[in-house]
Amino acid sequence: MKKPSLRSVLPLLFRYVAIMIVLLFTVGPFLWLLSTSLKSAGENIFAYPPVFVPQQPTLDNFFRVVESQPFFVYLKNSALVAALSVALNLLLASLAAYPLARIPFTGRAVLFIVLLSSMMIPFQLLMIPVYELAISLGLQNTYLGLVLPHACTAFGIFFMRQAFLSVPAAIEEAAIMDGVSRLRIWWFVMLPLVKPSLATLAVFSFIAVWGDFLWPLIIIDQPSLFTLPLGVNRLASTFSLDWRLVAAGAVFSIIPILLFFTFTQRYFIEGAMKGAVKG
Amino acid sequence: MKPASSTRIVGNPLIPYVFLIPACVVLATFVLYPALKAIYLSFTNFNMIRQAEFVGFANYLNVWRDPFFWAALKNTLLYMVVVVPVLVIAPIFLAALVNKHIPGITFIRAAIYLPVITSLVISGLIWKWVYEEQGILNYVLLASGLTTDPVAFLTDPANALYSVMAVTIWSGMGYYMVIYLAGLQSIPRHLYEVAEVEGVSAWQQMIHITIPLLRPSIAVVTVMSSIAAMKVFEEVYVMTQGGPMDSTKTLVYYLYESAFSEFEMGYASAIGVVLFLLTLVFSLINLRFLREKA
Repeated sequence: MKKPSLRSVLPLLFRYVAIMIVLLFTVGPFLWLLSTSLKSAGENIFAYPPVFVPQQPTLDNFFRVVESQPFFVYLKNSALVAALSVALNLLLASLAAYPLARIPFTGRAVLFIVLLSSMMIPFQLLMIPVYELAISLGLQNTYLGLVLPHACTAFGIFFMRQAFLSVPAAIEEAAIMDGVSRLRIWWFVMLPLVKPSLATLAVFSFIAVWGDFLWPLIIIDQPSLFTLPLGVNRLASTFSLDWRLVAAGAVFSIIPILLFFTFTQRYFIEGAMKGAVKG
Repeated sequence: MKPASSTRIVGNPLIPYVFLIPACVVLATFVLYPALKAIYLSFTNFNMIRQAEFVGFANYLNVWRDPFFWAALKNTLLYMVVVVPVLVIAPIFLAALVNKHIPGITFIRAAIYLPVITSLVISGLIWKWVYEEQGILNYVLLASGLTTDPVAFLTDPANALYSVMAVTIWSGMGYYMVIYLAGLQSIPRHLYEVAEVEGVSAWQQMIHITIPLLRPSIAVVTVMSSIAAMKVFEEVYVMTQGGPMDSTKTLVYYLYESAFSEFEMGYASAIGVVLFLLTLVFSLINLRFLREKA
């Protein structure tokens, strides 16, 4: 091994400096938010120059947020809606994707094109009729109302179809020869083989549903059914003058998704690299 | 290996449809039917209360004559003109920056990705706080001598739209960086090794090797970020509510306002159809690129 020379260390140093500047931009605002949320009522949050480390760090703001609004209920709602939506997404997408990838049937090409075009329709065009429909079905202010429009996406179907296409045909044919039913093949043979894709789809749909704002904003007006984004928005409009509380509420709602991200990170990067991009 | 589609059908030919029914029912109910209904509504004066009456092209004529619509369209197009180039170009450099196995790289990539997983409502609020008149960003600008007076990021109509754009860029960069990272992995390593031997500078490697070979990813990112920029809503809702003086009123925000503040559902549907047609143009471009790739 050669001793590292200045010539070889310098580019690395530059790289780290550039990365630090980028991180200041991406993570800096989060840290500033966290700092604000930990400042006590006695500390001036508009101090000049600003104080980055709270002088007397306190969790007071968090207690006040939780006392003034049912944030744990929001958290429960968000988790429930996301979990249900993800489960339905995985089930419906992997069911529909299987014949699209593996069983020739009449109308397959047409169905494929219809699905493909449905991906181009923006939700903003759909939201008025979906709203009207949801109201007539009695879905306003219900969990089902929050979940159903997210229950299946054409993207999910394509993603799973791609996964099934990559499974060697021989594995499946052996089972067919043995007279195993399609449903059993799907469940016992195919699904275990596409587990990584299922995980990636789960993670992506979780993030999408968790962060969704427009649909809950339209369909929910009962605070007891608010998801976290609605709750934080409500907090911000009630306490627009006290940024400590708004910051605490925002931090509260970031922590769960941050934990989720920490444990599933590899699916984001690897998954996005393998399939999500090429779809 | 035999292609998958050659698998013989064994048993009931209705089986494929059984697999498809649940997804199709949901998509038909929440996508297909609403899409057709939206087109229908755009030809009516529906407002949630009275029965929808057919009004022909009246809504479209009103859209055409509506100065607010044109202002919103202008804002949306300006949004795309600024945001899309930044989101297409900056993440290439980001990806190149983190495409090396240096100590801490997993953490660094995750930290850059963090804004992507943050709900846009929260991102908007974070930046509203950063943008405060006596806030952290103004402090940095004043202390470094870049400005002499605090900048009114969100309250000056000349600045507000650009300030909101920055949030969209902040939220999207990590996502596109990952797409480019995927693209970078497929560029043969030896190209860089040869360039290194030939004494080609890092910058020239970027211009002559990386960017040309990333073209497929660049095409995908261009279309994805265009469509995302066209649909911008949450940032505006949380930070400016379309103000000041309508300077941040985008198409989707205007659509939302027409539908859920004014309850002009028919009119809002007409705006939605226009939005859809714009999206369609970009999606078709998207499809063409994807087909070229295959």
